[in-house]
Amino acid sequence: MSRTFLGLPRTLRRPDDADARHGTPDEPFGPVPHPQEPLRWGDDFPAAAKQTLKNDQLRRNLGHATQVIRTKRAAVVGEVPDWEALRDTGSAVKQQVMAQLPDLLQQLEENVVARGGVVHWARDAAEANRIVADIAKVKGADEVVKVKSMATQEIGLNEALADEGIAAIETDLAELIVQLADDMPSHILVPAIHRNRSEIRDIFLARMGDAPPDLSDVPRELAMAARAHLRRKFLSAKVAVSGANFAVADTGTLAVVESEGNGRMCLTLPETLVTVMGIEKLVPTFDDLEVFLQLLPRSSTGERMNPYTSLWTGVTPGDGPQEFHLVLLDNGRTDVLADEVGRAALHCIRCSACLNVCPVYERVGGHAYGSVYPGPIGAILTPQLTASTGGVSGHHDPNASLPYASTLCGACYEVCPVKIDIPSILVDLRAREVDADRSSRGVDPWKTAMKAASWVMADGDRFALAGRAATLGSGLGGRDHAISVAPPPASGWTRSRDLPAPPRQTFRQWWAAEHTAPVEQAGTVETEGDDR
Amino acid sequence: MRIALAATCLADTLFPGAPRATVRLLERLGHEVVFPTDQACCGQMHVNTGYYREAVPVIRNHVETFAPVADGEWDAVVMPSGSCTGSVRHQQAMVCRRAGLDDLAATAEAVSAKTYELSELLVDVLGLTDVGAWFPHRVTYHPTCHSLRMLHVGDKPLRLLRAVESIDLVELPAADSCCGFGGTFALKNADTSAAMLEDKTANVRGTGAPVLTAGDMSCLMHIGGGLSRQGTGVRTLHLAEVLASTREEPTPLPETTFSRPERPARTEATR
Repeated sequence: MSRTFLGLPRTLRRPDDADARHGTPDEPFGPVPHPQEPLRWGDDFPAAAKQTLKNDQLRRNLGHATQVIRTKRAAVVGEVPDWEALRDTGSAVKQQVMAQLPDLLQQLEENVVARGGVVHWARDAAEANRIVADIAKVKGADEVVKVKSMATQEIGLNEALADEGIAAIETDLAELIVQLADDMPSHILVPAIHRNRSEIRDIFLARMGDAPPDLSDVPRELAMAARAHLRRKFLSAKVAVSGANFAVADTGTLAVVESEGNGRMCLTLPETLVTVMGIEKLVPTFDDLEVFLQLLPRSSTGERMNPYTSLWTGVTPGDGPQEFHLVLLDNGRTDVLADEVGRAALHCIRCSACLNVCPVYERVGGHAYGSVYPGPIGAILTPQLTASTGGVSGHHDPNASLPYASTLCGACYEVCPVKIDIPSILVDLRAREVDADRSSRGVDPWKTAMKAASWVMADGDRFALAGRAATLGSGLGGRDHAISVAPPPASGWTRSRDLPAPPRQTFRQWWAAEHTAPVEQAGTVETEGDDR
Repeated sequence: MRIALAATCLADTLFPGAPRATVRLLERLGHEVVFPTDQACCGQMHVNTGYYREAVPVIRNHVETFAPVADGEWDAVVMPSGSCTGSVRHQQAMVCRRAGLDDLAATAEAVSAKTYELSELLVDVLGLTDVGAWFPHRVTYHPTCHSLRMLHVGDKPLRLLRAVESIDLVELPAADSCCGFGGTFALKNADTSAAMLEDKTANVRGTGAPVLTAGDMSCLMHIGGGLSRQGTGVRTLHLAEVLASTREEPTPLPETTFSRPERPARTEATR
């Protein structure tokens, strides 16, 4: 076994207060209590990040894990000669899907129904949860097994089912860890990326019920324990719930792509299968799958080919689930679709490559984003799904801070398999927020500063004057020309960085002195300058 | 060539050494440099912070100032900054169109088609990698995010640096990782920014190089701010300042990160 297990680093010693922190099995293991809203929890991003940044162990775990996945991805992407053409095609197919979404959805529905499936339409999380709960109740199930699914995370299905007395069992290993710990996922693909082996062992021992008492933190042993635990569930469950990676409109075929085989169990063993799928997950034709089944595994797990790819079309008599329900989930997606710029966020195939390369995500971790969709894609998807920018939900909505949670370094765009220009969408969402604020009467120092800067920077003469004024402060930095204390908002900067003192001479003053004819220079006094 | 210099607002005001070195370098290479004094800023800060409306007059000023390049009055516009060149190329026209200013957007596109970041100008337009520079110091290079991923300058700056005589160029570990600046990100998300900066400065210090260079003063201001605070003594010099250095007129090493040596007072004779 390699050093890593699902990208998780080798165990680092737990802090001494770990026992106190983990407490009794009744208390949550995680730092994140289960939120009411899976797309909006906790503080705004700067405040949440300030907290998670204090967790050195988390930073080490994430730094190591993302580095491992990044390297794997880069290697397998690098060996595909037509990778850029594949990205272009993936992007084009998704653009086509968005342009024809209503027609394609109807085509999907017709084909699923023709093959014996039942199609449900859910406008929001509550409707989707109701539909799934009702199906389980009709089937008399008090337990359902689940394939890892972002759509069901997004709607909080497990909690909704629990309220109805139905236990939802996560069968993906990392998702099981998160569920047992009463935690929230911190990564789209590797939801327990913030956990190390020793924590996982503790969680299994305290919460799984049937874990061997001498369980060690060796990955193989942990996997074996989960396997034995889950096998009992697979064999007894009457109903399975899944998401979908793709749905093919022209055949009515659904696809789930996974690595552990737990998905295959869920999709084939129970009598009834319910699939909850975001309406954007469509591809027009079966041939289009060829593009995405190349793009997805290399981008997500860094594998050349996906281990378990399950495809099914409606119901096949005598083979697999004999009842199939497809729940088509909107939950804010049509609003996103209505936005010309932001709609590209719906192209996402949930590979999480953008998380693994993001320097912000790597430092703060997924929980700082306060949504089941963290990282760069989360920063554009979450606020759109919850209508948090543009002032719709008010300026105290923590999700309104997400578009600012990026340096616009562009690493996400570079790796996105469907070429979502995340930096441009982040900037556009910022503009929407600013525009929504224009009508507010409150005094916003940013607004004031930006307006003033606009006036100064729109004219060479005014800017020259401002530069000249700045040179008056050239002595501020002392001998090393460094300013170490500054008033807000620059104080955020000077907490950990110096600022350069202004030079004695701006560039344009130097230019005027050096490059203008002496006659024109008669009135100016430019005798001395430093070399900056 | 007649080359118009867009000095960038930040360098004009805070780091005049970068545009001065750009002038020195291009003049040494036999080109005429023009500085249109109506220029101020490209609008990047306003755009990236979401203030499109406030960006429009700033962009208009930039585009109108440099419009003569589209009519052939100058052969090119050079900007010693990857992020400003990126904004000119990828944002100005978009913001103009949003504001319904299609004509201005068209002019912006015409200007941007002839606007180059320094390493692009030297390598792609002037066909040079050896610019005749001499810089006898150990140097490490930080490829800034926007030059790398918006402009795709690739290894052009490194090719220019490798050709510098007597330079000891050492590789910066995790070079393509962002330093955490991100414009207003450094203020709005100061803690996250500082965490990113910490890793960057640790990597810079690990090289043992007394000089860090890059093609963008904004990133150098950020990394330099950290290096200065940590008392490392590592200096930050713009790529142009390294490339402008010759045996006859070497770029001196500053005493500290942000300090610059005093120059003798300019005399009539040097005019």
